[in-house]
Amino acid sequence: MNIVVCIKQTFDTEAKIVLDGSGKIDSNGVNLIINPYDEFAIEEGIKLKEKFGGEVTVVSMGSSRAAEALRTALAMGADKAVLVSDPALDGADEWAAAEVLATAVSSLSYDVVLAGRIAIDDGSSQVAVRLAEKLNIPSVSSVLKLDIDGSNATATREIDGGTEVIALTLPAVFTAQKGLNEPRYPSVAGIMKAKKKELKTLSLADLGLSGSEIAAKMKVEKFSLPAARQAGRKLDGDAAQAARELARLLREEAKVL
Amino acid sequence: MDFTIDEDLALIVKTIKDFVDNEVDPLGQAIDEQDRIPQEIIDTAKDMGLFGLSIPEEYGGTGLSMLGKCLIFEQLGRTANGFTTFIGAHNGIGTVGIVELGNEEQKKKYLPDLAAGNRFGAFALTEPEAGSDASNLRTVAFRKGDKYIINGTKHFITNATEASVFTVMAATDKSKGAKGITSFIVEKDFPGFSIGTVERKMGLRGSHTAEVILEDCEVPAENVLGQEGQGYVNALKILANGRAGLAARNLGSMQKLLELSSQYAQQRIQFGKPIASFQAIQHYLAEMEADIQATRALTYRVAWMVDQGMKIIKDAATVKYFASEAYCRVADKALQIFGGMGYIKDFPIERYYRDARITRIYEGTSEIQKNIIAAQLLKEYELAQ
Repeated sequence: MNIVVCIKQTFDTEAKIVLDGSGKIDSNGVNLIINPYDEFAIEEGIKLKEKFGGEVTVVSMGSSRAAEALRTALAMGADKAVLVSDPALDGADEWAAAEVLATAVSSLSYDVVLAGRIAIDDGSSQVAVRLAEKLNIPSVSSVLKLDIDGSNATATREIDGGTEVIALTLPAVFTAQKGLNEPRYPSVAGIMKAKKKELKTLSLADLGLSGSEIAAKMKVEKFSLPAARQAGRKLDGDAAQAARELARLLREEAKVL
Repeated sequence: MDFTIDEDLALIVKTIKDFVDNEVDPLGQAIDEQDRIPQEIIDTAKDMGLFGLSIPEEYGGTGLSMLGKCLIFEQLGRTANGFTTFIGAHNGIGTVGIVELGNEEQKKKYLPDLAAGNRFGAFALTEPEAGSDASNLRTVAFRKGDKYIINGTKHFITNATEASVFTVMAATDKSKGAKGITSFIVEKDFPGFSIGTVERKMGLRGSHTAEVILEDCEVPAENVLGQEGQGYVNALKILANGRAGLAARNLGSMQKLLELSSQYAQQRIQFGKPIASFQAIQHYLAEMEADIQATRALTYRVAWMVDQGMKIIKDAATVKYFASEAYCRVADKALQIFGGMGYIKDFPIERYYRDARITRIYEGTSEIQKNIIAAQLLKEYELAQ
């Protein structure tokens, strides 16, 4: 079974977001990690390989620093990595990312394509599903459990207030939700072997694409930081008075009652 | 002089730090209070290959350089030192003897299980009457047919309750003193082997220190490790090479203490201001940083010297001495910064303070290290006759 896992390198969850002089998000000095949901996807891919054999190829689109994320996936147990990196991809939107990834993935052999259900940076949850459309294969998102039997898959996905079980045939795209598995730490030996594994870096030209072909359809007008949270307020008086005042504030100021 | 760490090691360091900070350290207090390392932590450490750091690849380990091991030990030091000691002693004195001195059969027989963490290793040199004066061993071994019979009691043996493969020093020829000591690989299932008192320690809880009793213990002759009579020399070499590793463990704890102290000092308000704004506190932090930087530079350098195969007797003693004293100084200052909060068990400071104290004592006291340093110095600067 051949498995492709699409991953994205994102800011560390503890990173402090600052805007640079031109109003863009400043990535200087920020610790970068594999998008946590993509770690579930990598783990699931490696588990499928351990069960059924085959190869796991991790694919990412990003700056040259994204090679670190791919190396980590290789250290966890993936076999090969592809990084699509091109200055023309700066400011790529979800549509462009899906176009580029689809071109990269279509040259690989795949039965299962995995990705995280959401990237913790832009939070769009679009790319993996768009990728499935572009590859013309089915997709199931927010998967909590994945069973494969031959070319049939049964995926349990999270829906509002419960779960849904979907049966489908491979190849297919699945996006991983927290709870699918517990990602492993790379082993010391795995890290040492990762360097010897193939990590191919491709430009848009290598994929037969031009910058104008994948020019973003969506333009970001402006980034702004959320307003600083206001300090809490302490209500004075005895318990009955304070409760009355609290009820009034909830009704009249917060308008939640 | 190049101080950069290569990519692989950098990723190893980051991975181990994540593991220690996210999985182990939240259980640090439980490890200390229950005097037990949770099995799931040991299992993850096994999967990560943390028991095969000294064992070459062909025997299932990763055979890292001393510098590589020190970088890992440093991260392992960022939590309860009982955990650090359990893994550190296995990778150090627990397995290095077989790696360095074992013949092919011995390596094939023992190393894969030790590398996988299916079995744990321990080192049994110390006796009630022979601590720093290790040449005064009472444990004796004599040959009987194709076996050796060993009699004696070892004490303060780290990991004794968890280990099943022991590197044991015994006198095979008492008349030769230190030159009559031989090392043996002894398994806990050998007839005549038993574990005695398990000590109740001030710190390093989770790692167990116990007596090893050898009563007509039968050891196959093929389990002699290295040459007969070379045991003491070999033991000294194993101990010396391991000293950078001990320093690295201290270093990680010192770094963690500095991080905790720097944060606490900015949160703790007195006289309307964070105590970090007071110069007395700032000076403590600065002194801690200086001790840490000096320990780090010295540790990495001695590890590098081990990797170059250089003579390190004086340097190993220096790093062991300095890093242990520095750890105690740093723990003391951290406790002073935390004040009363540092003295109670809601914060880990008192645990580090207890854990730190043994470092000036075990694997050669600070006084013994100074003796070694001075003896080497006086040899170096010996007056011409």
